Amino acid sequence: MNLTDRGMALGLRALNRFAGLEVIDRIGARGPSERVVRVAAQRGFQAASTIGRTFQPRSGGGQAARLQPDRRAAGQFDLTPTDEQEMIRDAARDFGATELRPAALQADTDGRTPDGLLARSTEIGTTMLGVPEAHGGAVEERSAVTSVLLAEALAHGDLGLAFAVLAPAAVSTAVGLWGDADQQATYLPAFVGEDVPAAALAVQEPRPLFDPFALETTATRDGEDWVLTGLKSLVPHATAAELFVIAARIEGDGDPRPGLFLVEATAAGLLAAPEPAMGLRAAATGSLLLQDVRLPAGALLGGGDPAVYAEAIRLGRVAWAALATGTAQAALDYVIPYVNERHAFGEPVSHRQGVAFSVSNMAIDLESLRLTTLRAASRADQGLSFARESALARRLTADKGNDIGSQAVQMLGGHGYVKDHPVERWYRDLRSAGVMEGALLV
Amino acid sequence: MINLESPKKFAPLIGQARQVAREVLRPNSRKYDLAEHEYPKELDMLAAVIDGLNDSGSGGAGAAGVRASSDKSAGNRNGTNLSTALSIIETCWGDVGLTLTMPRQGLGNSAIASVADDEQHRRFDGKWAAMAITEPDVGSDSAAIKTTARYDAETDEYVLNGTKIYVTAGERADLVVVWATLDRSQGRAAIKSFVVPRDNPGMTLVRLEHKLGIRASDTAQFAIEDCRIPAANLLGTPEIDAKKSFAGAMQTFDNTRPLVAAMAVGVGQAALDFTREKLAEAGIEIDYDRPAPLQTGAAQTFLELESDLEAARLLTMRAAWMADNRQPNSLHASYAKAKAGRTGTDVALRCIELCGSVGLSEADLLEKWARDAKILDIFEGTQQIQLLIIARQLLGKSSAELK
Repeated sequence: MNLTDRGMALGLRALNRFAGLEVIDRIGARGPSERVVRVAAQRGFQAASTIGRTFQPRSGGGQAARLQPDRRAAGQFDLTPTDEQEMIRDAARDFGATELRPAALQADTDGRTPDGLLARSTEIGTTMLGVPEAHGGAVEERSAVTSVLLAEALAHGDLGLAFAVLAPAAVSTAVGLWGDADQQATYLPAFVGEDVPAAALAVQEPRPLFDPFALETTATRDGEDWVLTGLKSLVPHATAAELFVIAARIEGDGDPRPGLFLVEATAAGLLAAPEPAMGLRAAATGSLLLQDVRLPAGALLGGGDPAVYAEAIRLGRVAWAALATGTAQAALDYVIPYVNERHAFGEPVSHRQGVAFSVSNMAIDLESLRLTTLRAASRADQGLSFARESALARRLTADKGNDIGSQAVQMLGGHGYVKDHPVERWYRDLRSAGVMEGALLV
Repeated sequence: MINLESPKKFAPLIGQARQVAREVLRPNSRKYDLAEHEYPKELDMLAAVIDGLNDSGSGGAGAAGVRASSDKSAGNRNGTNLSTALSIIETCWGDVGLTLTMPRQGLGNSAIASVADDEQHRRFDGKWAAMAITEPDVGSDSAAIKTTARYDAETDEYVLNGTKIYVTAGERADLVVVWATLDRSQGRAAIKSFVVPRDNPGMTLVRLEHKLGIRASDTAQFAIEDCRIPAANLLGTPEIDAKKSFAGAMQTFDNTRPLVAAMAVGVGQAALDFTREKLAEAGIEIDYDRPAPLQTGAAQTFLELESDLEAARLLTMRAAWMADNRQPNSLHASYAKAKAGRTGTDVALRCIELCGSVGLSEADLLEKWARDAKILDIFEGTQQIQLLIIARQLLGKSSAELK
């Protein structure tokens, strides 16, 4: 480095330090909480919701309702969906084609879920799949496979909007699966009505090498109450949601362990700020800042059982794999007619093996992802362990999802890089799907 | 109802195949890898056991088990295609070469099972049949084969002439299914398969190959000179029908490709199981809940390989399941073959890197599996041929358009 460069570097460093002083002075803290407060200072957090509904606490009479999985045909290898699954899938495919695909570009640009879309999506039962019949749910069985088929079909329309539409279902499914009688009575009715609340499951935290089993958001016991502190990242509908399920490390109550907490948006100390990202923009992702958010004892889901938390993380990975499958199929379906119609050197580009083999590889990767995802979900439904299978589905989501998104853009060349075609959006969304933890459940 | 687990009713068969792999195939693996061309006599007794398994009604344990079921009942079927694929995964977890030279379980048996009529099926039952397609100048382009078959009306015989190479189990089999053309000017439509008894004086063994792997399995070259066989040994129809006949011959592949994919899954699983054990000894456990980037490089690689192998296994099961349920599966057979073929090799080669010199040394079998695996991405249609088949189907292209 010569003298001029060194002078420049020193100057820039001083400038940067000066600019940062204001923030740093206010902190006085170190470690995770420093990061929390700094982000809060920079991003203009606001109360998560000022208009959120109040969920009237209700007593559920002691016994929680649970959907039971259908295990009739267990024992035979079979890839045929049930009639009910086929119906749900077809309706979702149709909804994806008519409601999601046409709205996707604008929603991505605006970073905003179109008005009324959540309400319309309840027609296809998005938030009802995980709700027991006793609380107004529409299905008789608990089925992660059905949720996978639904998610895949919606994501064929658009990944970002499918995420937006399915995010509230993660909350209703969580309460359906792990809520106690009172939690179910208090929160589930909202998810089976017409005015379904925006809601979100928040697990992700903003740091490299994030591990959902090693959270920095903490939930500390204080008398009967819980006090939550921390920062959550890429939470769908963060500034509009009325109800959250938030993952935090339980402290001062037996072994430290991750757990899930029901947090209403109106809770004091809960702040939200927009956090637009590379992908998933249609879901209006944001950060949630929890500053000593005080919750009643009944806010803890699943009794803080580590097995419940692990199941949530695994089901989330399967859900992201399902979304990636749907969008990977959309990408393949988009690329095939394009390379057949696009001519170069006097013939369709698809007549060249360099192009044709890329299409073949996209299809092989897509089918790999699809079957691995379905197996993880079907094992979940059968009550078999699915830690391994969900991890492998996640691996393929990241590896093959990326490849498919990248190849889709590549096959369109320069046209793939501009917003006249959806593949550049799917490229961003498919990258995101392999990174996200939580936020969805099947 | 969607379920991707191995069928419960096949559990005994899979368990027995695993026992065979563990107790008979693995202990003989190195012996016949070193003694190439020596007949593995241990297999004769084993073949009797496998015949017993096939007769037990629990489904096939070898390549002969892919005959289409006559069961026309509605509903989901788990039949011999799936059970055969699953048991082949197990025996190839033991040894691919020995599986390929299992008496009466040759790929020619699959051809007979797939396309023979009932009379032929009876006549060739219990025989060991090899498959002869490739020629010195013709590999993947099987429509271009030069071996000819001329009908001699006087004796009601076919007279075959040509050269066949890479005939798996050619020396040891009782029968060789030979692909030949009735009329070279009529292209692929004129290609038929003919069953030639191994002791036919017109078919002479020229040599046995020395190979990279699958050395327990003999690979033969034949000179076929004025080789006369009864007309009734032609498989399928003698008519040259541009629409149907070559497709008929190719249809065998729809049944055999999932089986070769199963072989690759088996050998890949062997490599992965071995490596998991060695990594554990080195203090590395695979954690499925913890995100991969937080684990060691070895664990990350392992997860990547395991995910590819899982996909290969499921694609293989689906292709076989579709055959059991009479769904057209040539696209899915190619998905399975392409994915499993590349994955078997990739898994074995990269496991060697994880295991270091333990992976390379002949003291263990990993290096052998890496040599064995490579053929599975070549025979029954190379990786590139599978990609062509897939692309043509998805893009709606003919072989003239997409070459």
